Amino acid sequence: MKFSVMVNEGPYTHQASDSAYQFIRAALSAGHEIFRVFFYHDGVNNGTRLTTPPQDDRHIVNRWSELASEHDLDLVVCVAAAQRRGIVDPDEAKRNSKDGDNIAPGFRISGLGQLIEAGIESDRLLVFGD
Amino acid sequence: MSKAKKFMYINRHAPCGTVYAVEGLEVVLIGAAFEQDVCMAFVGDGVFQLKQDQDTADTGMKNFSPAYRALGDYEVNRLYVERESLEERGLTEDDLMPLTWEDEDDDWAEKPSIHIVDRAQLSDLIEEQDILLNF
Repeated sequence: MKFSVMVNEGPYTHQASDSAYQFIRAALSAGHEIFRVFFYHDGVNNGTRLTTPPQDDRHIVNRWSELASEHDLDLVVCVAAAQRRGIVDPDEAKRNSKDGDNIAPGFRISGLGQLIEAGIESDRLLVFGD
Repeated sequence: MSKAKKFMYINRHAPCGTVYAVEGLEVVLIGAAFEQDVCMAFVGDGVFQLKQDQDTADTGMKNFSPAYRALGDYEVNRLYVERESLEERGLTEDDLMPLTWEDEDDDWAEKPSIHIVDRAQLSDLIEEQDILLNF
């Protein structure tokens, strides 16, 4: 089955990102396809590479980047939600005259249309959030 | 593109207090461009999103409630409001914004967008959908 996943909460504060990650790993290992993972609301905070959790805890952001690299996942951060919360890629940094970017490897910033398209193109869209 | 999917946006949060309502509305307005079969549901504190005469001046936050009036122009014209949620909060349909849309197939007659449905009816409507997005 072709799944898309929406993550609506930030890392560590809420379990949504962990649950989405575990679901995707399980789905992939069962042979399913992940069309897209879309990060919205505070979920965009899963896409900053500046995260530094304690060493004895899971690194939620790196875990997403590694999973994306292993399985060629499309991790999309909503641009409007990202701008509000300071998640920036090099293009956005230039466009909005910021002094740096913080997007983590494997993530890209794009529009809400990517979420709707994921709903249209996938067999199921799963929402992880509050 | 294959046949349109049925999208329902389910609004469960009050307009203020969290960002879910305003960012949810942004998804609905962007999603309207995709020509899918779209409706919205308002349940729990979500019914407060449609309250008339919202005034956020003292909170320092933007009053985005006028944007709901644009939904009709985006052909988002089925807004299901759960009757029990209204009653539990001491609200009636008269407390809600009189949202309308113009029916192109009926000489642009102005029609109400808000439909009050009971919990069981809403459950049936949810059952019919392909995509449920919760905000």
